[in-house]
Amino acid sequence: MKHLLSAADLDREAATLVLDTAAQIDAALAGREVKKLPTLRGRTVVNLFYEDSTRTRISFELAAKRLSADVITFSAKGSSVSKGESLKDTALTLEAMGADAVVVRHSMSGAPHRLAQWVRGSVVNAGDGTHEHPTQALLDAFTMRARLGRLEGLRVTIVGDVLHSRVARSNVLLLSTLGAEVTVVAPPTLLPVGVDAWPVEVSFDLDQSLPKADVVMMLRVQRERMSASYFPSPREYSRRYGLDATRMAMLAEHAIVMHPGPMNRGMEIAAEVADSVRSTIVEQVSNGLSVRMAVLYLLLGGAEVAA
Amino acid sequence: MTAGWLLRGVRPYGEAPVDLLIKDGAFAEVGSGLRAHGADVLDGGGLVALPGLVDLHTHLREPGREDAETVASGSRAAALGGFTAVHAMANTDPVADTAGVVEQVWRLGRETGLVDVAPVGAVTVGLGGSQLAELGAMADSAARVRMFSDDGHCVSDPALMRRALEYVKAFGGVIAQHAEEHRLTEGAQMNEGVHSARLGLTGWPAAAEEAIIARDVLLAEHVGSRLHVCHVSTAGSVELLRWAKGRGVDVTAEVTPHHLLLTDELAATYDPVYKVNPPLRTACDVEALRAGLADGTIDAVATDHAPHAVEDKECEWGAARPGMLGLQQALSIVQLTMVDTGRLDWRGVADRMSARPARIGGTVRDGHGGDLVAGAPANLLLLDPAVTSVVDPAELASRSRNTPYAGRELPGRVVATFLRGVPTVLDGKAQA
Repeated sequence: MKHLLSAADLDREAATLVLDTAAQIDAALAGREVKKLPTLRGRTVVNLFYEDSTRTRISFELAAKRLSADVITFSAKGSSVSKGESLKDTALTLEAMGADAVVVRHSMSGAPHRLAQWVRGSVVNAGDGTHEHPTQALLDAFTMRARLGRLEGLRVTIVGDVLHSRVARSNVLLLSTLGAEVTVVAPPTLLPVGVDAWPVEVSFDLDQSLPKADVVMMLRVQRERMSASYFPSPREYSRRYGLDATRMAMLAEHAIVMHPGPMNRGMEIAAEVADSVRSTIVEQVSNGLSVRMAVLYLLLGGAEVAA
Repeated sequence: MTAGWLLRGVRPYGEAPVDLLIKDGAFAEVGSGLRAHGADVLDGGGLVALPGLVDLHTHLREPGREDAETVASGSRAAALGGFTAVHAMANTDPVADTAGVVEQVWRLGRETGLVDVAPVGAVTVGLGGSQLAELGAMADSAARVRMFSDDGHCVSDPALMRRALEYVKAFGGVIAQHAEEHRLTEGAQMNEGVHSARLGLTGWPAAAEEAIIARDVLLAEHVGSRLHVCHVSTAGSVELLRWAKGRGVDVTAEVTPHHLLLTDELAATYDPVYKVNPPLRTACDVEALRAGLADGTIDAVATDHAPHAVEDKECEWGAARPGMLGLQQALSIVQLTMVDTGRLDWRGVADRMSARPARIGGTVRDGHGGDLVAGAPANLLLLDPAVTSVVDPAELASRSRNTPYAGRELPGRVVATFLRGVPTVLDGKAQA
């Protein structure tokens, strides 16, 4: 695999290899004083962030550093990008600097696909518009597997603004590749026209979906959606589609609650749910680091992970 | 001035071979075994002869974006595509909303001399959608504008649309509507459907086009006016037009070559060469458009030739301008989708690409859209339908390179084009 642009780039074998590699990396680093592997020494990883994203940027940066790569971070605000340089010219500049991998976050869907046509190095999609966020899906799958022991046959319910969610798109693709059964739940206004072609079940009723779920993944809902009449008010949204303590009580004993962050506490998820033992939100962050290390390692073909 | 042209053994509308003798800008004789009488001789060798094509929808970009296209470069592309007349859309900079600008474009067309350039006037001042432009002044100008359009923008205000439809009756004008309910297409990037859902690109629903067409045919019926619908792209639009024509509404419509061939799954490349407005639709829509063109519900093929500078296409899909080149490949696409599939014969092609558009846009007065008969103005093209070629963007006459057909093998080659008896293309090469 040259690039990671979409979760659909990964077949079952490749996806499992990423998850297994992440687990190996975790094991290799466990208990070490110096949490660093030499595998990507001498390689250059560029983080190209056209959109603010503290957690994803830091996660990729740290992942590359822990693999001993040289890391450069371009953020749109502090670079020539804000002076109106085109994506192509930026790509050619990175190319000239000899970037081995470019990790790109962009507000426009498909920007990483364009970039991949202009650079020789590997391109990793770190979130593009309302399209995809494949490493988020990988870390989510990793978290589910770690908590529940399997992905095959797992019933995953994804709740919220599916229409605008790159997390949802990547998760739907990856989870169905890995044999999970996905249900998306949202008000009809926040589901894309054409969702019927997705390998998922669609529901408008959260309460009905909860009892059978092994995993509930809550998506961030932006309050701005209200002004475009996707729903009447944050309160009504929260009442119909928010996960509060009462709804959490409907879940099976073993079921977990996930959220890609950043959360709107009180909107899509209540504080007591976010902070409960079912919640994997903090684990997702640390798993993100391992999964991104695995992705960079596999794309850049570094030396063997120390056993 | 030469002593005319004798075109030997050409096949008008693909039918039996005849000789065509052209003198003084018109067909002097049509028959077999004609003598040259000093005229230049072109051995037609079975080439198909068609009346010169008329494009109702061309963006020549001049004045304002001469880096993307000029009247001269666009005229060259048109002639090479077999056109003898093109309608230049009004969304230039400055906008063609005054007699001065339309006369400038018209004059540039005359100076180039490869095709007749018929400027389209803007319906509203600055394409702003709020105040009627001086339509009468444009109609009375040297450019004699008869077609008016805010193309690129929809005339959204229904009251203003009604007034425009009524007003142009005074001078036999027609409003060409870009049908798009803009509140339904805010931020839209591609057809709304299965592919937009997957690609995370904001959808442009078919209903946004159909809602405006439905409204406008009712308005045209109510005030007894003539309406033309630009670049129809959906199956639902075809149905609405069929219904309106059945009621006797005076409505005509055009379809672009790209909407007859390409579909929205091409957006999966995220290459903005496939970004266009209205967007590429589904295979079902393509089928309905072909059927509508075949049965005459859709009157004309119009290119919506939309040149764009490289930097406006070599970027993110969302940042790219919509539009694609069309003039040079239009006839090839029509041959591929309509003739080679048996849906139209060459007479049908002449009707949809010459006769009807000439009537709709008013270039009949300049001798366009006529038949290949003695006495008619000699506007024609010669086509070799048997050859195929692979489209190379670098070889196109346009200043821009945004063809969606790069690398495709397409049938048909325009060998020659004549404008009022004067060759504008010979041996596949533009004569200016």
